[in-house]
Amino acid sequence: MRVLEQLNQSLHAVMAERSDVLFIGEDVLDPYGGAFKVSKGLSTAFPDQVITTPISEASIVGLGTGLALQGYRPVVEIMFGDFITLIADQLVNQAAKMTWMYNRDLAVPIVVRTPMGGRRGYGPTHSQTLEKHFLGVPGLTVLAASQALDAGALLRIAIEEIDTPVLFVENKLLYARQAIEPGELDMRKSDAQVPTLTIGGGRPDFSIITYGDNLSLVLEAVAYLHEEEELNGEILMVHQVSPIDFEPLRVSVMTTRRVVVVEEGIEAHGWGAEVIAGLSDISLEAPPERVGARSLPIPAARGLEEQVLPQKQDVIDAVIRTVDRYHV
Amino acid sequence: MPVATENLSQILYRDMLLIRRTEEKILELFSAGKVGGTTHTCIGQEANAVALVGQLDRQRDFVVSNHRCHGHYLAYGGPLDGLLGEILGTANGVCGGRGGSQHIKYDRFQSNGVLGGGIPIACGMAMGEKLKGGDGITVVSIGDGALGEGTLYESLNMAALWDLPILFLVENNRYAQSTPLHLGVAGSIVDRARPFGIRADEIDTTDVEELLVWSSRAIEAVRLERKPHWAVMHTYRFSAHSKGDDTRDEDEVRAYQEKDPLRIQSARLNAEQLDEAEAWVRDVLGRALAACDAAGEAMKL
Ligand SMILES: Cc1ncc(C[n+]2csc(CCOP(=O)(O)OP(=O)(O)O)c2C)c(N)n1
Ligand SMILES: [Mg+2]
Repeated sequence: MRVLEQLNQSLHAVMAERSDVLFIGEDVLDPYGGAFKVSKGLSTAFPDQVITTPISEASIVGLGTGLALQGYRPVVEIMFGDFITLIADQLVNQAAKMTWMYNRDLAVPIVVRTPMGGRRGYGPTHSQTLEKHFLGVPGLTVLAASQALDAGALLRIAIEEIDTPVLFVENKLLYARQAIEPGELDMRKSDAQVPTLTIGGGRPDFSIITYGDNLSLVLEAVAYLHEEEELNGEILMVHQVSPIDFEPLRVSVMTTRRVVVVEEGIEAHGWGAEVIAGLSDISLEAPPERVGARSLPIPAARGLEEQVLPQKQDVIDAVIRTVDRYHV
Repeated sequence: MPVATENLSQILYRDMLLIRRTEEKILELFSAGKVGGTTHTCIGQEANAVALVGQLDRQRDFVVSNHRCHGHYLAYGGPLDGLLGEILGTANGVCGGRGGSQHIKYDRFQSNGVLGGGIPIACGMAMGEKLKGGDGITVVSIGDGALGEGTLYESLNMAALWDLPILFLVENNRYAQSTPLHLGVAGSIVDRARPFGIRADEIDTTDVEELLVWSSRAIEAVRLERKPHWAVMHTYRFSAHSKGDDTRDEDEVRAYQEKDPLRIQSARLNAEQLDEAEAWVRDVLGRALAACDAAGEAMKL
């Protein structure tokens, strides 16, 4: 099953079970079913639970927050992740703060879902990975779907189990990717509410920490390094991007003492820096490496976009740097 | 045929035809997989661009356009090879391949695909022109869907408060992506600006010559009075929102196609003039595509 179907079927299931789950967004009605088709069929099956809205990103997130305060569990879709800049005030200054600021046991269970990421030639305002600007916001949880963990199950955790606002990031290339079947890869799951997966068997030589659709290029890079360099990699697939659960990351890095962090967002001031800071008390065999996008907007032309976004070769090179200078 | 011997009806037809054939070519290139990303064509709405933007003075007027910008750009006088290159990702793109279909700039024209974002910027450009004592005007184009964005209402307030020389061009093509007007827009479109004290007018036609007269009045009002104007054109797009899926009723689309602006205008020309226009467009388009081929892929960051 593709990640798109996982998300869609999970929404169908949860909305059938609970009438307090509302789906809100632009162009979400059938037959269109949303720009990326995540809401396909929902308005037909649950006409009273799906609200198609005007093009008013800030206000529909505010609307969702108000509904959450009324006991609903709204899922708001922002058509492109690039537009989360428009909802920053509603999330950061309003929704995320309420519980603590009012000093009340207040649930604000709004989920804001949005497709992020490039590699489709959509250009500077429809290709970015902008969740970095929402990391470390007190009261806001940032989750990212992947091929490795049932994306529908992850979405369900966001909707049903987390009582604070959630920004739920779906890299747009994921929609068309096949979910990785259990057993297909050697992987262990942490027992946190939002699990981190540790992927890879044998005695690992290096750790790669990443999230989202970076997994696809990381898997290719790890396979290459195994075949060509006889190096074993362990991949840490994070699903809760913020706040970070360091435990499984530390376990891996304490074994390998070589670490590369991979993200699609701009590397400078990025998530990877925070991950590395949280591991900095572990003495490493080599300086930690980071792979991310260059500090430029994302150009539309294919040949240019490739030069800005991280590629498989960048991951390979980063891993090699951790072993070349400091032999295994 | 040299332009000097053309009459106005011919020029209007030819300018619309250039936009139509260019965008048909763009869609063809997308279908053939020659271009990535996305694009939004204004097929069916060409008369709006030609009638209003085409009358602006490139030496002094500014245009802030949106995702559906190719027609505005060409009517403004943006070079065709630069547009095609930008979309194809060749080195001759008007922004070097960085912007792509939705993000183009040429002279005093610029566009951006984030809805609502350009409206206050246009106010700032109009204010700058006012502060400098210039007589240029700024045109900002929005669709019915962008009426949902809060920046619009903040901008209307500022434009009225400070008497900014800005023309709000609202192209109501009755849909925002898949959403029909009645599901996205409450109340009247033309009345939206009036409570701010902004003069507003609307027109429902695809006849470029009617639009031309109406637009020239709107432009002159802003230019001479140095005040904002809200100009609503009721229109329709014939092609899909972007490349692919179109969920509109086919009979509805067909009914509007009866009022194709090119068809209306072609009735004013004879067969020879029509052939000449086609030949001219074919030639210009062929040369622009050849220039893209010659330029090669954009690789310089
Ligand atoms: C802030 C923002 N939200 C959503 C979108 C996605 N989007 C692009 S065009 C469009 C519909 C716009 O409709 P309208 O303003 O009527 O212009 P039209 O496409 O009909 O020309 C949408 C929702 C966007 N580009 N920017
Ligand atoms: Mg519209």
